[in-house]
Amino acid sequence: MTRQDATPLLEVRDVAKSFSAVAAVRGCSFPLYPGEVHALVGENGAGKSTIVKMLAGVHQPDTGTLLVSGEEAAFAGPADAKAAGIAVIYQEPTLFPDLSVAENIAMGRQPRGRFGAIDRGRVRREAAELFSRLGVRIDPERPARGLSIADQQIVEIAKAIGGSASVLIMDEPTAALSAVEVERLFAVVRTLRDEGAAVLFISHRFEEITELCERVTIMRDGAHVSTDLVRDLTVDEMVRRMVGRDLDALFPKQDVEPGAVVLEVEDLSREGVFRDVSFTVRAGEIVALAGLVGSGRSEVVQAVFGVDGRDSGAVRVNGKRVRPGDPRSAMAAGMALVPEDRRQQGLVMDLSIQRNVTLPRAGALARLGLLGGGGERREAGRWTERLRTRYGRLTDPVGTLSGGNQQKVVLAKWLSTSPRVLIVDEPTRGIDVGTKAEVHRLMSTLAAEGVAVLMVSSELPEVLGMADRVLVMREGRIAADIPRPRATEESIMFAAMGQEANT
Amino acid sequence: MSGSENRLRGSFTRLASWDGAVILVAVVALVVAAAAVDGFGTSNNVTFMVLDLLPIALLALPMTLIIVTGEIDLSVASTLGLTSAVMGSLWNSGMAIETIIPLCVLLGAVLGAVNGVFVTVFRLPSLAVTIGTLALFRGLALVVLGESAVADFPVVFTTWVTGTVADTAIPNVLLPLLLLAAVFTVVLHATPVGRAVFAAGAGEQAARFSGVRVDRLKFWLFVASGAVAGLAGVLWTLRYSSARADNGLGLELAVVAAVLLGGVSIFGGRGTMPGVLAGVLLLATLQNALRLEDVTNEALNIVTGALLIVSVLLPNISRSVRTAAQRRRLRRTPIPQPATPPAP
Repeated sequence: MTRQDATPLLEVRDVAKSFSAVAAVRGCSFPLYPGEVHALVGENGAGKSTIVKMLAGVHQPDTGTLLVSGEEAAFAGPADAKAAGIAVIYQEPTLFPDLSVAENIAMGRQPRGRFGAIDRGRVRREAAELFSRLGVRIDPERPARGLSIADQQIVEIAKAIGGSASVLIMDEPTAALSAVEVERLFAVVRTLRDEGAAVLFISHRFEEITELCERVTIMRDGAHVSTDLVRDLTVDEMVRRMVGRDLDALFPKQDVEPGAVVLEVEDLSREGVFRDVSFTVRAGEIVALAGLVGSGRSEVVQAVFGVDGRDSGAVRVNGKRVRPGDPRSAMAAGMALVPEDRRQQGLVMDLSIQRNVTLPRAGALARLGLLGGGGERREAGRWTERLRTRYGRLTDPVGTLSGGNQQKVVLAKWLSTSPRVLIVDEPTRGIDVGTKAEVHRLMSTLAAEGVAVLMVSSELPEVLGMADRVLVMREGRIAADIPRPRATEESIMFAAMGQEANT
Repeated sequence: MSGSENRLRGSFTRLASWDGAVILVAVVALVVAAAAVDGFGTSNNVTFMVLDLLPIALLALPMTLIIVTGEIDLSVASTLGLTSAVMGSLWNSGMAIETIIPLCVLLGAVLGAVNGVFVTVFRLPSLAVTIGTLALFRGLALVVLGESAVADFPVVFTTWVTGTVADTAIPNVLLPLLLLAAVFTVVLHATPVGRAVFAAGAGEQAARFSGVRVDRLKFWLFVASGAVAGLAGVLWTLRYSSARADNGLGLELAVVAAVLLGGVSIFGGRGTMPGVLAGVLLLATLQNALRLEDVTNEALNIVTGALLIVSVLLPNISRSVRTAAQRRRLRRTPIPQPATPPAP
């Protein structure tokens, strides 16, 4: 089935791409042969999306080359990539909902009839032909609105091959599909493969890779790890290659004897987002909430804190119930949430550093209901200093600070409330290594002082380095509760992807 | 860096800001008008000018807070009209004026609560809601009182509203206005509520994540706006000794113009109460001076409209010039980047 002797339809050769000082991809090479489905795997942040964007012509590689049918090619923009026969199918299809399926497929290259008008008959016929070629039954006349995600992706595929694409790149196409829909999509992909197209397939699900793909390229931290035939690798080996890196000394975890249960979450559910989530966090304990992006971790902590509602379940702090959908009640109980999205949720970017730090405590800082007289300034100064935040003036808009210092302001803001439960969502995303270590040290110190810490993190080294216990979420449920001695990158990844740990 | 240096720089930026400029322009306009316009400085005219600016100033107080949170209340003038109509109708029915006045303020609060419910419970945009209630409340006013007018309010009340403190030129109504202005200024600039108002306007999501009950806040601001509009309706009725359904017709334009002129951002999150009060004063000075110069009412509307456009346009232009300059500076310095590439 594989044709190693053939010239690759598309070859990535030693490609590197940096964004400012950050290397997103360094030295990655792999060939896409005609008649082959090629898997690209790696953890979140391994550089897969950057590769996709370079192939789509959205980004240009800093160094290295792309070869189309053996010829060197440079894509100045998405139009060039399209002209070279490369089509990208994204996880969320981008069809025009009010146009018919056939019109969507013909979009941008509508056949013209007499007087330059669009030849509607041909549009319909071509769509019908494409569908019969792919072996699917979708009515070309119906509007795109209301199609399932899987059918929308099939329409996107039809659109791509209708535009005579020979290389199809599918970025996590199955993430939102049910098992039946996945089979349907795979049948279409196999048809294309047998017609001689090259498919690059990105997925987090190993069973899909072993079922569909001939070859697999593994990436880690932007670097190319290996490219092998899938049949030569075990799933265990793939996981090991994806995560295999050294834990560095960035995690100054102190050993704390956990105290009484502080935070209790019981059977928390929200329709279509998460179900029956129960866990506890003890005083002095750092519990990590791990899992893939989209597994519902942020949604859970936001519901626990009350910025989002919940359908059922209870949240208790020190045995006292916290009212649902009311952050004030959570704050009064001693809860604090450092949210994932710093710019939208963590800070009011146009307000000053001082106002941001004191916002949750404005009521407590007021004397006789009035603010002023420097109380806010002193409070903000004290906490920003304790966190060694670098800034010009406390009255500067917080948006003028660097990412790391912004995160320190968010932490200062919540530490000033003296929380008993500190929830941090991706506490070190997008900040430099030095500040990361500071944030980790701070979390460790707080835990040692008896604060119950719940940490959502996508970075496995952070999870392993900091957590006493790891809760792994998969598809809206808690899939595993792994104590520190048994927590490894493998055991967490297996739980996150729905595989049994057998190493 | 020392604290005094901080404060000094702070006051410099304040002077250079839009509301600082408006305060300056308002003072200059007052001085120029007093010197150049015949009859502007007379005690009679000062009294009239204060009476004229009273409803605009009153309505501008809660309007400032509402616009800073990123909402708007265009129904204030119609609330004033409906209150006036109800006041006339109740007076006709023989109710005591001492009962009617608090009832009218309460009615205004209820009308404001209607706006608040639509905005915070049904999550409709306040612009659409209050355009709707602008028409609705005015229509109800016509239902209550029709085309007729009620004029025979007790003289004690009407003369108090138009009268002055002892022998001075200071109108009696200036006192409650100053009191309310002080209250709203303190609330906006020196209380937790004021902090929440700015936070909600500048970043609603972040405000919610910080425990600000944004919906509750907005609801009560609309209630306050309605109550103040009710009070303005009472004072308007007593001033002209005439309860009519069309009292205060079109006044919301002047109120919004004054607030924006005072440096409040129509997009929310920015503004100061002193700036707004200067905006009201500037608008009133211009209108009064032009009227003394026999400029027609139509021309006055043109002035109000033009000021509204200018006050929205100028701060935007100056801000975009400033951010453009900032960006140019940033391009020359390295931008801090996320340590991790975007997740696939």
